[in-house]
Amino acid sequence: MILRQFYHLGRYSLWLLKVFSRPEKARMYYNEVLRQIEEIGFGSLKIVFIISVFIGAVTAIQLSYQFGGTLIPSYYIGYTLREMIIVDLAPTITSLVLAGKIGSSIAAEIGGMRQKEIIDAMEIMGLNTPAFLVLPKIIGAVFSVPLLIILAAGLSIFSGFATATALAGFTPADFIKGLTSFYDSYTVWVMIIKAFFFSFIIVTVSAYHGYFVKRGSIELGKAGTDAIVYSSILILIADYVIAQVMMG
Amino acid sequence: MIKAINIHKSFDGTEVLKGITFDFRKSKTNLIIGRSGAGKTVLLKTLVGLVTPDEGEVWYDDINFYKLSLKETRKLRKKVGMLFQGNALFDSMTIEENVRFPLDMFTDMSFEEKEKQVNYCLNRVELEGVNDKYPSEISGGMQKRVGIARAIVMNPEYLFCDEPNSGLDPKTALIIDELIQNITKENNMTTIINTHDMNSVMEIGENILLLDNGKVAWTGSKEEIMHTNNKYIENFIFASPFLKKLKNQALDNFK
Repeated sequence: MILRQFYHLGRYSLWLLKVFSRPEKARMYYNEVLRQIEEIGFGSLKIVFIISVFIGAVTAIQLSYQFGGTLIPSYYIGYTLREMIIVDLAPTITSLVLAGKIGSSIAAEIGGMRQKEIIDAMEIMGLNTPAFLVLPKIIGAVFSVPLLIILAAGLSIFSGFATATALAGFTPADFIKGLTSFYDSYTVWVMIIKAFFFSFIIVTVSAYHGYFVKRGSIELGKAGTDAIVYSSILILIADYVIAQVMMG
Repeated sequence: MIKAINIHKSFDGTEVLKGITFDFRKSKTNLIIGRSGAGKTVLLKTLVGLVTPDEGEVWYDDINFYKLSLKETRKLRKKVGMLFQGNALFDSMTIEENVRFPLDMFTDMSFEEKEKQVNYCLNRVELEGVNDKYPSEISGGMQKRVGIARAIVMNPEYLFCDEPNSGLDPKTALIIDELIQNITKENNMTTIINTHDMNSVMEIGENILLLDNGKVAWTGSKEEIMHTNNKYIENFIFASPFLKKLKNQALDNFK
């Protein structure tokens, strides 16, 4: 079992070297990057909007429950909610959901190409297929996902504000006071750095599972599942490592 | 010419190719035939570098293929065209974009030059008016032709075809066979076809390699097949009583 994980780690590392080797024709990659930005970025707006609204609302309700009957100043709800969302909830939960949406789609797309011998056809033409198929997706995701996560953080905070003031009995003035208290832009950088790493993990792990898929529809389904499971696990591990390095 | 020398290949302890040595001749339609599971596809993929042999050598004229660096391999592959069993066309691209793809990737030709070359290749495979269609909008026979057009668009020196007639009706299969043979002659290519279509064998088999259980069972041409006394060939090529009868009638006429 452990040996198998080392085998995958080795193969993934060698494969990444090919992904980052020099492109044959940059113009062809440019068009593909634009397509990926549209697919990953704009294609995920709806789901990011929905989860952000609920992340903010749930966090506000839970914080109001925790703060109820304590001596903690009521404006702390804005401050605590802001920190929770920026540092962890927005990047991590959004990335976990995107791992499901984007990850399975990438694994199925590349896996389908492998099974239909399209990757073999590209290899025969002399194309560096890991680079051609995966690099534009990485660039597209590393560009789009951080923007989606910033959007998710903003929406979650707004949703938290609306819930806390409309349903949990906090005043807008208290919430805004908390929101603007003890602000340190460093936490936003932590969020953005997490977003970069998480987007890289989602694309490369999912593409890896699709690229090396075996024959048959069951294997294709398994590749999609593995893409989501391993991306999610690695996102949580990376979340811990980044937190430890940047805030520990 | 492509030479296979003592090719061995195993998968999970099962030896699929057991020391194949054969010369695939230039400007000829070279056929790899054999029963299902005989190792035809593995041999074809070994020749083209999609499967790495455990032992043995593959020579493209004076180049030892498996001694090349990755960069040199990619350079050589620009001289190789391949038609896949399932056509391997890009679903998201039109027919024209599919055929133009290798030119877009590897040449500095102007758009007009590429258009000209694409249209020449599509005309060569007798396909017109389909440039803007998607692969899913044309028939299986037409998809094969698009696959051939894409395989020859870079003017390759070596053409590989994996089961070009699979899933086609006999008439269309015959047209595809003739097309491959004509293109081979015109462009002076080394063409290697993996097939179990006996019509193809008897129509275009100029240099045939018969595999049985990963070994060379017989080599020769379609003319030699008609006159051989090899029992294995008899049973494989003329498998049905109808075909045996046809063969005997043909030999009687010949006499």
